[in-house]
Amino acid sequence: MISLQNIEKVYRTDTVETLALNSISLDVAKGEFLSVMGPSGCGKSTLLNIMGLLDAPSKGAIKIDTQSTGHLNDKQLAQFRNKKIGFIFQSYHLINDLKVLDNVELPLLYRSSTGKERSKLATEALEKVGLSNRVKHFPTQLSGGQKQRVAIARAIVGRPEIILADEPTGNLDSAMGNEIMEILLHLNRVDGTTIVMVTHDENMARKTHRLVRLFDGSQVQ
Amino acid sequence: MLKNYFKIAIAVLKRRKFFTFISLFGISFTLTILIVLTAFVDNVTSANYPETNRDRSLYITSLQQKNVKQFSQRTGPASFYYLNHYVSTLKTPDKVAIASFFMPTNTYVNNKKLVINLKYTNDAFWDVMEYDFIEGKPYSLQQINNSEKVAVITENTKSDYFGDVPNVVGKYIEADNVQYRVCGVVKSVPVIMPISYADLYVPYTVSKTDYKHHDLMGNYTAVILAKSKSDLPKIKAEYASVASKIKPDAGFDKLTTTAAPYLASFLSSTPLGDPETGKVGKLVFIVSIFVLLFMLLPTLNLININISRIMERSSEIGVRKAFGASGITLVGQFIVENIILTFLGAVIGIVLSLIILQVINNSNLIANMHLSINLTVLFFSLIACLVFGLLSGVYPAWRMSKLQVVTALKAQ
Repeated sequence: MISLQNIEKVYRTDTVETLALNSISLDVAKGEFLSVMGPSGCGKSTLLNIMGLLDAPSKGAIKIDTQSTGHLNDKQLAQFRNKKIGFIFQSYHLINDLKVLDNVELPLLYRSSTGKERSKLATEALEKVGLSNRVKHFPTQLSGGQKQRVAIARAIVGRPEIILADEPTGNLDSAMGNEIMEILLHLNRVDGTTIVMVTHDENMARKTHRLVRLFDGSQVQ
Repeated sequence: MLKNYFKIAIAVLKRRKFFTFISLFGISFTLTILIVLTAFVDNVTSANYPETNRDRSLYITSLQQKNVKQFSQRTGPASFYYLNHYVSTLKTPDKVAIASFFMPTNTYVNNKKLVINLKYTNDAFWDVMEYDFIEGKPYSLQQINNSEKVAVITENTKSDYFGDVPNVVGKYIEADNVQYRVCGVVKSVPVIMPISYADLYVPYTVSKTDYKHHDLMGNYTAVILAKSKSDLPKIKAEYASVASKIKPDAGFDKLTTTAAPYLASFLSSTPLGDPETGKVGKLVFIVSIFVLLFMLLPTLNLININISRIMERSSEIGVRKAFGASGITLVGQFIVENIILTFLGAVIGIVLSLIILQVINNSNLIANMHLSINLTVLFFSLIACLVFGLLSGVYPAWRMSKLQVVTALKAQ
């Protein structure tokens, strides 16, 4: 589903050059639940951003669903992300000015769909994560766990084949973290969604199909 | 999509109340000043009572005499003789009204001083101007030729001088130590219309100053009424031809004068107009530049505020980009938000203008003047708001759209 070939990412400033990812080659199969672990600053999030086409690699090629992505322009990349990928962030990144339902509808705004359709799909996504009673709340009125569930609803509302989750349980206590993990496992098991999750938590990683470890930008496992 | 943008725009406005206030204040205040100013200018320049025939009238409000060798010149109103001799005798016009500029005179009512502005006119003045007679009628040519001391007074003068009485025609009013018999009462005219404004109108033949002298300069103006609008160029040409043959007063070797539309006639002898042609292109250009600069101020303010807001909204930009918004889509969103803001400012500006115009009208700040919003100006102001809304949104939106998703998400 996702194929990374010899990915390198170099961050350059006027004086320093930092190698964030060093020759990473990785294939993620369709329906696989992969976790990425490693110490802080080892390049986990960078890898996830490159997989999600949010950041461009300095070298190497990315194929998603057998399609090369290197030649895509800003608009094409945006459309590609919109159709294929859902994102879950550690700090949720909900838009506090919008109600829960409007936040979840967000990816559908960039597709051709009516307001009614968007509302229906967003309500369904919120039902899946058990938050159908919070549609008219604002993010600031929710707990951390609830916010992350809204973020998951937003990630799945467009029915993407891939979900990229960057430490989705990082800001939550273990009970809340487990709840979120259960939702992700369910999405993977029942809907067949391919999931790549960055985590610091060994217990969470153990629940996934495969674990990849990074150290100083290189894949060590 | 637009509904979502609208929700976001309103939320952003609510979130940063101070910025919103500054932005809205800048837009609405500018628009208010513009609307009130144009309402005033519109009132001064458009064909209001009693000068409703302005569209087929030409005005002669001043002459310019020059001594080319001595670099001296004299500019001012014409004499009665000049206008009666050279202008009233033109063949193309329908009628020529001749009237002096108003002159203040003191009179006393019950030991209380009353300033009455007096104007000398010919008989055609009452045909060229469309005064509403509340009582009586204007003085006739016969009365003028007989130098009868008759007067037409305004409604305000009637109540100030005679008090609350039903009829004053036939009664006497004293002004400039002369007793005039009232022959008519007209609706009052605002002071901003110097050609038609006065408190008391009397025949030019009763003037204490010598209206028969042959100097070209004096204190009179002429309004030339054409039979139809299409005759105006012919009248101009005829007048120009006549004027070219007139010998200037002693001490001068060149006379410049033009029969021009109302506003142009006043400006033609100033640096803003051209005394030769009566055109006011310079004025229009300067006013346009002034208005443009004036409207540019809130735009620059808005651009500044918008740029400072970009980082504040970086997380939202990052999320929108991550979930499929292209740079162009974000530019569109931000511009729509900006247009919503400018239109809110425009609505507030219009409401404020209506209130201010109402207050000015009710306060009688300028007697007998009724200001109202000029719909053309309102339309163009709204278009200007739209354009400036777009302009003030484009640059910040472009910068916003260039933000890298990863950078935007990290900046939270």
